[in-house]
Amino acid sequence: MLAYIFRRLLGVIPVMLIVGIFVFSLLHLAPGDPAAIIAGDNATEANVARIRTSLGLDRPLLEQFASWGWSTLQGDLGISMYSMTPVTTMVQQRMGATFSLAVTTMLVAVTIAITLGVLAAWKAGSLLDRAVMGLSVASFSVPVFVVGYIMVYFVALQWRWLPVQGYMPLSEGFWNWLRHLILPSFALGLAYVALIARITRASMLDVLAEDYIRTASAKGVATVPMLLRHALKNAAVPIITVVGIGVALLISGVVITESVFNVPGVGRLVVDAISRRDYPVIQGVMIIFAGIYVLINLMIDISYCFLDPRIRYS
Amino acid sequence: MQPTTASGRLVDFMRRHPTIVVGGLLLFTIALAAVFAPLIARDPLALEPINRLKAPSAEFWLGTDSLGRDIYARMVYGARISLLVGLTVAFFSVLAGAVIGLVAGYFRRIDAVVMRLMDGLMAIPSILLAIALVSLLGASVKVVIVAIVIPEIPRVTRLVRAVVLSVRDLPYVEAARSNGTRVGKLLRRHILPSTVAPLIVQATYICASAILTEAGLSFLGAGTPPEFPTWGNMIASSRLYLQIAPWTIFAPGICLALVVLAVNLLGDGLRDRLDPRISRRM
Repeated sequence: MLAYIFRRLLGVIPVMLIVGIFVFSLLHLAPGDPAAIIAGDNATEANVARIRTSLGLDRPLLEQFASWGWSTLQGDLGISMYSMTPVTTMVQQRMGATFSLAVTTMLVAVTIAITLGVLAAWKAGSLLDRAVMGLSVASFSVPVFVVGYIMVYFVALQWRWLPVQGYMPLSEGFWNWLRHLILPSFALGLAYVALIARITRASMLDVLAEDYIRTASAKGVATVPMLLRHALKNAAVPIITVVGIGVALLISGVVITESVFNVPGVGRLVVDAISRRDYPVIQGVMIIFAGIYVLINLMIDISYCFLDPRIRYS
Repeated sequence: MQPTTASGRLVDFMRRHPTIVVGGLLLFTIALAAVFAPLIARDPLALEPINRLKAPSAEFWLGTDSLGRDIYARMVYGARISLLVGLTVAFFSVLAGAVIGLVAGYFRRIDAVVMRLMDGLMAIPSILLAIALVSLLGASVKVVIVAIVIPEIPRVTRLVRAVVLSVRDLPYVEAARSNGTRVGKLLRRHILPSTVAPLIVQATYICASAILTEAGLSFLGAGTPPEFPTWGNMIASSRLYLQIAPWTIFAPGICLALVVLAVNLLGDGLRDRLDPRISRRM
């Protein structure tokens, strides 16, 4: 098992290296002089020259990549062109909001999706099953900003149950924190529910057809333990794989959701950077989100060997 | 028992694949509206400042936005861009992914390098990659299409590669190879056909997600220029008026959801029709 984990850890290196190459070359892919792009439309010749030397853009490309890669590894993601503060500091200040949103969304989505998926598989072909599957196609088709605004209109503006937008850090009190996260995490979680509920149902259907499930129910195991302990545990591997795939979906969704609900997170940071053409911020956030994606999928890979011992040897 | 008359067969098909029929009809209607937009709607760019934020009425079927533009007209024209982006992205990502996947799956030496590249590309969240490309290359429909195609390529490549790996050593391919069939013809005539069914299904899903991503990019201000009548732009420019004029957001939002739903239904139906193995499970 240690060998398996070690191999998976080693596999992270080439992936992150390639992410680095992609992100680094973005600026050089654009037509024209990168220094002029960073300086903006109204820059003087002297300004462009200053930026070129200060960023080392006059050095050979390989040397630039090496020094950029080295400082990125040390956690230095460069300096924002707009606010002149280090990108790492800016991300740190906003990570709390993004992390809170991602975690609550995950919790909401996984809880609802697994419950629905197990119920649908248990009563396969029933009205409940059809309703769950139908809803999951529908909710996969509604973009998060549309769901978000519909929820805001009714729940926040018409009925005044929850705040319209904004974010409160946990230090302002648990309820204040949670209150602001309920609408965004349900809006963002909807597509995720659809994705996980479908695979839960499919995976459960496969397991429920196995002989040992028939044996378990024949010897009188009650329905709920049979579904959860015998079936769901063995149906877990595909479900967890999809949860991992969904992380990419979640990250993209977070960027949009933060804009809808005015959550001051990392997603907003990127969106604000677009109009300011603040490339160090965009590049830095890309690296961080890609790193998070790789890390979560690594943890999922490793979790397989606890869920399914056969995987260790393959 | 197979029905023999043409209408009997049609009814039978409709009963067995309701999702293809419903999704297809819905999509066809929206496509018709998009094509004949100038005949069924007024100018989507015409500003009428006197008629700002008017509620839906006989004159403005879906009301007007904050600049007095007809929402119905903008919605109909918005369908053009959504469908254009969806179809073009599906076409180019399937084309690129199929070529790369065929080569990677068949040639073992290229495989490792290409798949590592694809892993790296997949790790970058697609919306961030698109945002970065759009802000570097400038906002236009062409750039948006490229920016959505690139992150889709790895998924198609993986799919095609998996199919190639499963058929490359089957006896009929072996036989063709030992007959001296050239590699190009072997890939085209003997291996490519096996990838067609899953690729058609995948293409519909890509089309749906491309329409969503385009709307998301426009919404964030990283898509088509703001005066363009796209659904994402309409929602973005109306967000401040949610309370006083909810129709400005709900109309394009519902339209967007309907189109994506239609494409997804079509995709699910095609998957059931073309690949009964998966349909049993999902």
